[in-house]
Amino acid sequence: MIGVRLRAIIVKELWAILRDPRTRITLLAPPIMQLLVFGLATTLEVKNIALGVLDRDGGPWSQEVIERVQGSPNVARVVSLASEDDLRTAIGRQRVIAALRFDPGFSADVASGRGGRMSAVFDGRRSNTAQIVAGYIDRIAAEASASVAHAKAPLAPRGSITINWFNPNLDYPWFTMPSLIAVIAAITTMSMVAQSVARERELGTFDQLMVSPLRVHEILIGKMVPPMMVGAVVATIYLIVIPLLFGVPLTGSVPMFYVALVIYLFALTGIGMFVSVLAATQQQAFLGMFLVAVPAILLSGYASPVDNMPGWLRVVAHINPTTYFLAVADGVFLKAMPPRDVLDNCWPLALIAIVTLSASSSLFRSRME
Amino acid sequence: MSGGPSSFGQGRRLIALLVKEARQILRDPSTGLIAFVLPLILLFLFGFGVNLDTARTGIGLAVRDDSQAASSLARDFAASRWFDVRETGPVSSLGSELMRGRIRGIVVIPDGFGRDVAAGGGTIQIIADGSLPNTAGFVAAYAEGVRASWAAQRDLDQGRPSSFAAPPISVTQRHWFNPELASRFFLVPGSIAVVMTMIGTLLTALVVAREWERGTMEGIMATPVGMGEFIATKVVPYFGLGLCSMALCTLLAVALFRVPFRGSPLALLAISATFLVPALGQGLLISAATKNQFVASQIALLTAFLPTLLLSGFLFEIASMPRAIRALTYAIPSRYVIPQLQTVFLAGDDWGLYLPNMAILLGFGALFFGIAVAVTHRRVA
Repeated sequence: MIGVRLRAIIVKELWAILRDPRTRITLLAPPIMQLLVFGLATTLEVKNIALGVLDRDGGPWSQEVIERVQGSPNVARVVSLASEDDLRTAIGRQRVIAALRFDPGFSADVASGRGGRMSAVFDGRRSNTAQIVAGYIDRIAAEASASVAHAKAPLAPRGSITINWFNPNLDYPWFTMPSLIAVIAAITTMSMVAQSVARERELGTFDQLMVSPLRVHEILIGKMVPPMMVGAVVATIYLIVIPLLFGVPLTGSVPMFYVALVIYLFALTGIGMFVSVLAATQQQAFLGMFLVAVPAILLSGYASPVDNMPGWLRVVAHINPTTYFLAVADGVFLKAMPPRDVLDNCWPLALIAIVTLSASSSLFRSRME
Repeated sequence: MSGGPSSFGQGRRLIALLVKEARQILRDPSTGLIAFVLPLILLFLFGFGVNLDTARTGIGLAVRDDSQAASSLARDFAASRWFDVRETGPVSSLGSELMRGRIRGIVVIPDGFGRDVAAGGGTIQIIADGSLPNTAGFVAAYAEGVRASWAAQRDLDQGRPSSFAAPPISVTQRHWFNPELASRFFLVPGSIAVVMTMIGTLLTALVVAREWERGTMEGIMATPVGMGEFIATKVVPYFGLGLCSMALCTLLAVALFRVPFRGSPLALLAISATFLVPALGQGLLISAATKNQFVASQIALLTAFLPTLLLSGFLFEIASMPRAIRALTYAIPSRYVIPQLQTVFLAGDDWGLYLPNMAILLGFGALFFGIAVAVTHRRVA
C-alpha cells in the first residue's frame, strides 16, 4: 500500500527525532509534567485567601460576622488589623486580598433594627479575585443577616435552585485537563513540524534530500507523519491518564475523539509546515511557531471565553483550529457529546486542514524549484 | 593578566565586542520579531483577547408558566445587560443548544410560578454549563440577581414591605486601585513580565545555543577574551533590548489601553532591570547546559515562558493552587515581579513592597549566572 520510499523516509524522520535522548525526553516528559502542574494549578477558583479585619466596634454582631468569615471554607487566615494605617499596608503589600471594617456602633445599629453597615475594601490590582471574594463576603453578610433575631422570613420559599450540568460540583480541573489535550497537542506537534524543514535547511542537508530519488510529496509526508504520530501518542497518554488519575469522567465516544484528533493534527501540521518552509533557520522557525501558537491558545476559549472577546477577535477564534478541538475535547470528556455534534466541529477543522496543507505544500514546491 | 593588555586596552576590547554583538543582533531579522512584533501581539492579546470581566452571556429561557408574573420576569431577563437570551422553548431543545455551546445556561420559570409569587414566594431553576466552571458560577449568580431585583421591584410596586429593602447587616464595597474592575488593568502590566521573559530567557537561550551548535563558542573561548567579558558581551545587548521593549509596552499600555501609571518611571526601570538579571541568567544557563537550539527552546518554553504565564499569579491566583504547586511558585522568578508591576502601574510606588522582591530577584540572578559560568567552564574544559 505505502511505497517503499515513503516508508523509508518516515522511518528516517522518526529516527531523526527519537535518536537524541535529550530530544526524546523533551518531547515526552513535558506533556506529563504540564498535565500535572498546569492541570491542577490553572484554576480561576478562589481558595485559601487571607482576609484582614479592622474591628472598631467590638460588639457581638461584628464578632458574629468575623466568626462566620473564619468558618468559611475559602478563607485560610483572618488577620487582625489595629488601625486604618495597618489596613492600608496589609492591602498595599498584598498580605490580604480584602479587609473588613466595622465602625463603632455597628452592633448597636444591628440590634436596634436600624441596620448595621460594614465596609469591605478590596485589592483592585487583582480585580478578578477581588470580585469573587466580594461575592463570598456578600453571602456571609446575608447569612449573618438571616441569623439576626428579628429578621422576617419570607412567607414562602423564593430564590433560585441551580443545577450544573456536565460538572455538578464545578471542579475546575474537569475543564482544564481535557482542554490541555488541545493545547499541548498544538504546542508539541507544531513545534516539531516547524523545526523539520528549517533544520535541514540550516544544516545544509536539504539539498541532499532534493537530489535523492524522493518525490516532493513523499518528502512532505515524511516530514509530517512523525510529528503527527508524537502528537497522537501524547493525546492518547492524556486520554488514559486524565480519567484514571484525576477522575475526570470520559462520557463520550472515544472513536469520535480520534476522528477529530486526526483532523486537528492535520490542521496543526499544515500550519507548522507553512512556518517551517518560510523560515530560513531553526531560530526563525521557533519564533514563527511561537507567533502562531500563542494566539491560537489564548484565543481558543482556554484562557477566557470566546464570548467575552470583541467581535473582530471572535473572527480569529473561528478560524483557529484549537477552538474547535477544545470544544470536542471538553464535549467528549464531560458532555457525552453525540457524534453529530462532534462532526459539526470536524467540518471547520477539515476546512482549515485543507487550506493550510495545500498552502504549505504549494509553498514547499515553489521553494524547491 | 600580567604582561597582557592594559586595562585601557581591555576596556576597548570589551566595547569592540559589545558593538559587534549589538550589530549582529540588530542585523538578525528575528530580533525585531521577538523584541517588537511578539510583544505587540502579546499586549494586544492580553488587552483585548483575554477578558476575565463578566461579559454578556448567551442563555436560553424556558417559560413553563403563563402568568403575568412569569412573562414580566422573562422580560427582565431579556432586558438584562448581563444576558443575551438567544433561544426560548422547552428545556429538551435548549439542552442540546447547551451541549453545542451556543448557550451557557438555561433559566426555567416553572409551572405555578405565578401562583407562588402571589403567595409571596416564587422559585426559578437555573441550569448552568458546568464544563466552563467560571462561566457557570457567573450565570448562577447573575440570574439570581435578576430574579431578586425583579422580586424587590415587584414588592415595591405592590406596596409590600420588601425583604430586600434594609437587611440587618449590609456591606459597602470599595475596590482600591482599580474601581472600574477592568481585568485589562492588571493583565497588561503583567504581560510586560511575559515579554521580558521572552527576550531575557527565550531569545538569549536560542542565540547562545546556536553558537554552541555551530562551534563558534569554542572559537571565542580560544581567544584572549575572558569569561566575564564574554558573558557581558552576550548579556548587555539583550538587557538593553529587554528595556527597550519594556518601554514600548509601557507606552502602549498607557496610551492605547488607558492603564493608569501611578508610580514613577524610575521605579519601573529598577523593577525591570532587576527582573532581567535572573531572566538573562536563566537563558544563558539553558544554552550552556543544552548546546542545542531545539532542546534549549523547549526547555526555555517549559521553565520560563509557561511558568511566567500560568504560575506567577499573573493569570491564576497562587493561593488557590494545590500546596505542592504553591511551593513550586517560590522558585519562579516572575512570581516576584508581577506584584511589583501591578503596583507601579495601579497603586503607586511602595518601596517596602519593591525592595524585598528586588533582592530575591537579584539572588536568583546571582545563582543562575554562577551555575551558567560553572557549566560553561566545564563544557569548554
